Amino acid sequence: MTRLKILAALISCLIFYAVPSAASENLNGAGASFPAPVYQSWAYDYNKATGIRINYQSIGSGGGQRQIVNRTVDFGASDDPLKPEQLKKDNLIQFPAVIGGVVAVVNIAGVKEGELRLDADTLSKIFLGEIKTWDDSRIKTLNPKTALPAKPITVVHRSDGSGTTAIFTNYLTSVSADWKSKVGEGKAVKWPVGIGGKGNEGVANYVRQTPNSIGYVEFAYAKQNKLAFTQLKNRAGSFVNPGFDSFEDAADTGDFDPKKDFYTWLNNTPGKNSWPIAGATFILLAKDKTAQSAKAAKFFEWAFKNGDAKAKELVYVPLPKSLKDKIRLYWKLNSIQ
Amino acid sequence: MNIQKRRKIESFLALSFSTAAALFGLFWLIFILSDVVIHGAAALNLDLFTKDPVPPGAEGGGLRNAFVGQLLITFFATLIGVPVGVLGGTFIAEYARGTKFARIISILSDIMVSVPSIVIGTFIYAVLVKPTGQFSGWAGAIALAVIMIPVVLRTTEDMLSLVPWTLREAAFALGAPYYKVIVQVVYRGAATGILTGILLSMARVAGETAPLLFTSFNNAFFSTNMNQPVASLTVTIFNYAMGPYETWHQQAWAASFVITIFILIITILGRLLIKWRYKK
Amino acid sequence: MKRKNPFDLSFSLLTAAASATVLLLMAGIFIILVKESSLSIEKFGIYKFITTVDWDPVKEIFGAATSIYGTFVTTLIAMLIAIPTAIGIAIFVTEAAPNFLKGPIGSAIELLAAIPSIIYGMWGLFTLAPLMSRYIEPSLQKAFGDVPVLNILFQGTPMGIDILTASLILSIMIIPFTASISRDSFNLTPAVVKESAYAMGATKWEVIKNIVLPYSKLGVFGGIALSLGRALGETMAVAFVLGNKHHITASLLDPASTITVTLANEFTEADTDLYLSSLFYLALVLFILSFVVLAVAKFFLLRAERRYSR
Repeated sequence: MTRLKILAALISCLIFYAVPSAASENLNGAGASFPAPVYQSWAYDYNKATGIRINYQSIGSGGGQRQIVNRTVDFGASDDPLKPEQLKKDNLIQFPAVIGGVVAVVNIAGVKEGELRLDADTLSKIFLGEIKTWDDSRIKTLNPKTALPAKPITVVHRSDGSGTTAIFTNYLTSVSADWKSKVGEGKAVKWPVGIGGKGNEGVANYVRQTPNSIGYVEFAYAKQNKLAFTQLKNRAGSFVNPGFDSFEDAADTGDFDPKKDFYTWLNNTPGKNSWPIAGATFILLAKDKTAQSAKAAKFFEWAFKNGDAKAKELVYVPLPKSLKDKIRLYWKLNSIQ
Repeated sequence: MNIQKRRKIESFLALSFSTAAALFGLFWLIFILSDVVIHGAAALNLDLFTKDPVPPGAEGGGLRNAFVGQLLITFFATLIGVPVGVLGGTFIAEYARGTKFARIISILSDIMVSVPSIVIGTFIYAVLVKPTGQFSGWAGAIALAVIMIPVVLRTTEDMLSLVPWTLREAAFALGAPYYKVIVQVVYRGAATGILTGILLSMARVAGETAPLLFTSFNNAFFSTNMNQPVASLTVTIFNYAMGPYETWHQQAWAASFVITIFILIITILGRLLIKWRYKK
Repeated sequence: MKRKNPFDLSFSLLTAAASATVLLLMAGIFIILVKESSLSIEKFGIYKFITTVDWDPVKEIFGAATSIYGTFVTTLIAMLIAIPTAIGIAIFVTEAAPNFLKGPIGSAIELLAAIPSIIYGMWGLFTLAPLMSRYIEPSLQKAFGDVPVLNILFQGTPMGIDILTASLILSIMIIPFTASISRDSFNLTPAVVKESAYAMGATKWEVIKNIVLPYSKLGVFGGIALSLGRALGETMAVAFVLGNKHHITASLLDPASTITVTLANEFTEADTDLYLSSLFYLALVLFILSFVVLAVAKFFLLRAERRYSR
């Protein structure tokens, strides 16, 4: 019996241990995988600076929206901005946190990063399954100097609800009538061809593992994994490489209006050096969970002040100062902070 | 060719096929295990157990949070699942022995053992996560406990049934009430068997990923708070293996190595226990 | 008379409550799944849901046909590989192997069941899939490329992330279930019957074919049905190597999706109510499917048990 008592005591100790002390500050966020590297890096530094733990899990933008609507997380993240009506209905507020670009990445033996040139037409036809091999004449005319194999193209897309997909398909819809009628835009679409990877991570992984494949990922994922991204022809007609400058060019033309909860797209912007597939990524907060929302806002306030360098290091474009001020005012208007 | 010879050849061919089948099975076992050991051992280091994850793409860091989280979830799952399973098994093997109810529970448990674990994950999400508004370690532990209950229940039932009835009668004759007979005589007689059942059910749930995806979720930080999302090895392996970073892949292999060894040891231990106890 | 003791009564009630949790949980799972999927059930009905091949979150059209198809095809191929192998293994460890090998090999095969499915998945992605795409699938294409009908099965680009790889992994995972139940059933064949057959000059194979197999048929069927149930519900191992594509395809070298993989991939990410509800509906379909299969398995095993104990 004494042995039983000791066991019981031990177990109750453990239970006690597992029950929280109210002091430990925890905040859970989930959503878009597109900004996950920068959020997680910020969270890591924020934890070092303040001791507060921001647990951000990359589960896809659709998940971020769903979980904040269900209030199972403290903040949601989505690359696919919600319309003001939708926000009102779910009692949410929304603001951008960082800007990035989506790039096409390929795995073709001998083709280096920034070497392959594509335009809106070829890109959409590859993803529609109409261009089937790499040595197709339509790709060859854009790349007369590159040796392209006579191998079938494997398309890699997202299998989950994804803001990256929303940005990418929003772009394809805006440039290709065929795409618009056959597939359309959204966080998850009915892909005509290809295999699906989970998250930006999954797509990057499948492209790496599969020869002669093409996928689309957020630029930081391409950069960190040394995947061969392609050049794209923008609206102004010039071929541009993805990178900090071409993203910033796209960001400058963005129309961020607090009255519309910052709802906007940055695709196919007219700038001469603009990267054609760019987007802001958004944070969603619950209006009724004021304490948590204030804590989340505090984290992003800290990131706006201290996180620009880190963001640039990971090739995201920090928000311009004027936009940050607009967001601070927006928080105040919605009585957060 | 005469008929005798043909029969011999036929028999030889069939037995060769069965040998080939056994080799085929062994081949995969050795292939998988050696692959896990080779990749895993290469990636093992002390940091893995003592450090927490660093941001994606950065070098170093470990999986301390996931190891501790996994232990916590498995521990609480056991704490919830085992008593329910053992008591439930006791009812159908003792009080309700031979009744229709006992048969139904027994059959239902056998079916429940094999219910897809992802379905149990969706169930717990609907009844625990959504209403409380929180992914939590508890939700994960309860999901695993739900998987454990039928396993433990069935082994307990089987093991109690193996205890000779005469032993109980001897205790009744001394005037002991039934509950005392069960606790002090029957449980003692079946202890090793029940322990084995518990060990095997722990081995079963320790490797589960699907029911944790939408319950205990994941946590990038070290946390022992069961009311919050808790990291687990299996979900971390899923995320890391699907992820694009080389360091993630290595850590996923190392974690796989640890969890596989852990589960194999428990399984083999359970098997040996039962062999030792019930050898002829 | 023994129940008069109040402690005894409370203990018996406690144990009764514990055993009832199984009933409550099974009923609870069913009810909750029905409740959560009611939106989708209302919208699509039963027949339409399981026959619609579209899974289109943009237009909010959800049909289970592609996921069900993927589940059935991967399971079917896995069973085609696993059943003969498992029965072969059972024959080996009961009849063919020298005595000192019977135990160890039987146990080793059972260890396959102890390896967590996530390990199968990871190994499948990093080790097996590249081997399949580089060596096995191209040679299959070469071998069957000119054979009519069969060549349809091996069309397309060998990527390693496809139905064939997923099925192979599934088969490895379920071999131990069929093998160990078959072995147990084989062992129940009365030695007297076997020995008299040997005495009449029967070869080993004749004894197995004409005596052991017919005698243990029910147990083997039960084992097969049990591993069928397992294969239907397997998630993680398949999620890594199936490619998550919603479509119906004849080629084994195409990616596909199963019910479990769809759930694992899309459950936390579904944004609209109808989307989430449809995922619950899928889970319900899977629950009912595996319940029926496992009940059939149990039916065979119980009949086998009754027969042997006679």
